[in-house]
Amino acid sequence: MGLAFVGPYVVLMLAFGIIPAVYAVALAFSRADGGFAGLDNFVRVITDFRFLPAVQHVAVYLVLWLVMLTVLVVVLALVLHAVTTRWVSRALRLLYYLPGALAGASAVLLWLFVLNPDAGPAGPLLKAMGFETFAQTIQPGNLSLVFAVIAFWTGAGQWVIVMYGALNNIPTEVMEAARIDGANPVQIALRIQLPLLRKWIAYMAVLALAAGTQLFVEPTLLSQASTGVVPNDYSVNQLAYQYAFNLSDFNGAAAIAVLLLVVSVALSAVFVLRGGLFDTEEP
Amino acid sequence: MTTQTLERTRRRRSRGTDLSGWGGRGLGAVVLGVFLVFFAVPLLWLLIAVTKSGGDLVRSGAFTPGSVAGLVENWHDLFAFQSGAVGTWLVNSVMYSLGALVLTLLVSVPAGYVLALVRFPGRRLLLVVTLVVMLMPSTALVLPVFLEMSLLGLVGNPLSVILPFSFYPFGVYLAFIYFSTSIPADLLAAARLDGCSEMQVFLRVAVPLAAPVVALVGFFSFVQNWNNYFLPFVMLPASSTYPMQVGLTTLLSSTPAFNPSAAGSDSVQLSTLALATVISVLPVLVVFLFSQRFLVAGLTAGGTKE
Repeated sequence: MGLAFVGPYVVLMLAFGIIPAVYAVALAFSRADGGFAGLDNFVRVITDFRFLPAVQHVAVYLVLWLVMLTVLVVVLALVLHAVTTRWVSRALRLLYYLPGALAGASAVLLWLFVLNPDAGPAGPLLKAMGFETFAQTIQPGNLSLVFAVIAFWTGAGQWVIVMYGALNNIPTEVMEAARIDGANPVQIALRIQLPLLRKWIAYMAVLALAAGTQLFVEPTLLSQASTGVVPNDYSVNQLAYQYAFNLSDFNGAAAIAVLLLVVSVALSAVFVLRGGLFDTEEP
Repeated sequence: MTTQTLERTRRRRSRGTDLSGWGGRGLGAVVLGVFLVFFAVPLLWLLIAVTKSGGDLVRSGAFTPGSVAGLVENWHDLFAFQSGAVGTWLVNSVMYSLGALVLTLLVSVPAGYVLALVRFPGRRLLLVVTLVVMLMPSTALVLPVFLEMSLLGLVGNPLSVILPFSFYPFGVYLAFIYFSTSIPADLLAAARLDGCSEMQVFLRVAVPLAAPVVALVGFFSFVQNWNNYFLPFVMLPASSTYPMQVGLTTLLSSTPAFNPSAAGSDSVQLSTLALATVISVLPVLVVFLFSQRFLVAGLTAGGTKE
């Protein structure tokens, strides 16, 4: 029975997890004619003049997003947790959470409006900040921040709710005891609540990193919407796409995919180990 | 009764004092308010935008509502675009994400069950590989999966999207956690003593008890696949096979406000594009509204049991 139950999963895992990963590695080390290429493909894509800027774009975006996500989500969860009026807290959680329904292309489309000083809801604000046209708001220097804000807008609410739930799980006795010992709310937050949230923060960072290194749909749509102001090789993943489908250089594309895979798994591993995600003892 | 009231006041006090220490309730309220505006106003604006004509969207105030007639007109324009392409895209989206949802559940629930409750050779290896694959971002594998599909001659076929969507290690992991923590082994043993075959134990005892995890896996799978862009973008080159998310790109490049070269007979107004955005997320939004409470319970419960 075991085999019948687990068999379909193993087949799918081989077909869409392991074989593609192995295939990508094999391609990355092969020449177009199939011979062994050593590190040639990696050297070619890394020395491509578009590669370093793309890495830089994604790295800046990731740092901005991760900082925003961890700091603001934790602050929001702590403040929300202190709200005593039940319906206010419930309503706020729901409203923070709703943008999560707009992931991917839909969220980008909405933000194309928001970033448009002529038509969108933020028009007066953008004009006050000196942005008169859509092309000015999405000038290349702003993009990492723009993508980080979009990602935060869609993703943060779910994490606020998760952190809020984790805060609720802290036993009242623990909080009470700290208060009796004379701890003020800031001390309670730093010494008790934050350490107990550590696993969740690490978990959030892992998922955010894995998703963030793959930046694709946002710059692709912006590139279309801006008729070229945003280049179509802005992110690393876009560059891989260009290699595969415009240059028909699947070996180069695979080399980029492998680099991305290694970097994102390595980054995740750091957070998994440092965050104690696999510790068995209860916090 | 007295203990109950005591308990209640105690609990209320234990939460109530927090805010004052953060530099007063005011500061907390400001933080919550600013973020309320940040999260909610774009959505509110979008819902207003769909009731206006393209011109009014630029001319009138951002939050001045339009009319029902405006909404109807946008609706007509949207579904008349490229002689009904939007309808096709929506049907495709439903087909791809529901197809993948059914397959995902059929595959991951039994797999999680066996991994949790049956000791078989290779079990540990399978668990470790599942964890590793979970950490691999699926978009990194899109290009090799594309090459695989083109070897099989499946590029352009809905299966090229549905099958990869159905591989969902996170779902297996959730089912595994659930079955190993929430179902007492005694219960299954009792069913076996009563003469149930292994298959009956699974179908009659385990599956009915697994409703929460089935809902959780189903929710994540549906939302993720509905919103997926990269895989269908690569696999399905013909407009008639696009899901809605990829179709949005076509609408965007037919909007003169963003792409001046698109001015022509089949061009899209800004407000029509706004309506397309709303329609593209409506199913997910509905699922979100209904699942909020249970989802939160599920997420945090899973966390504490680990």
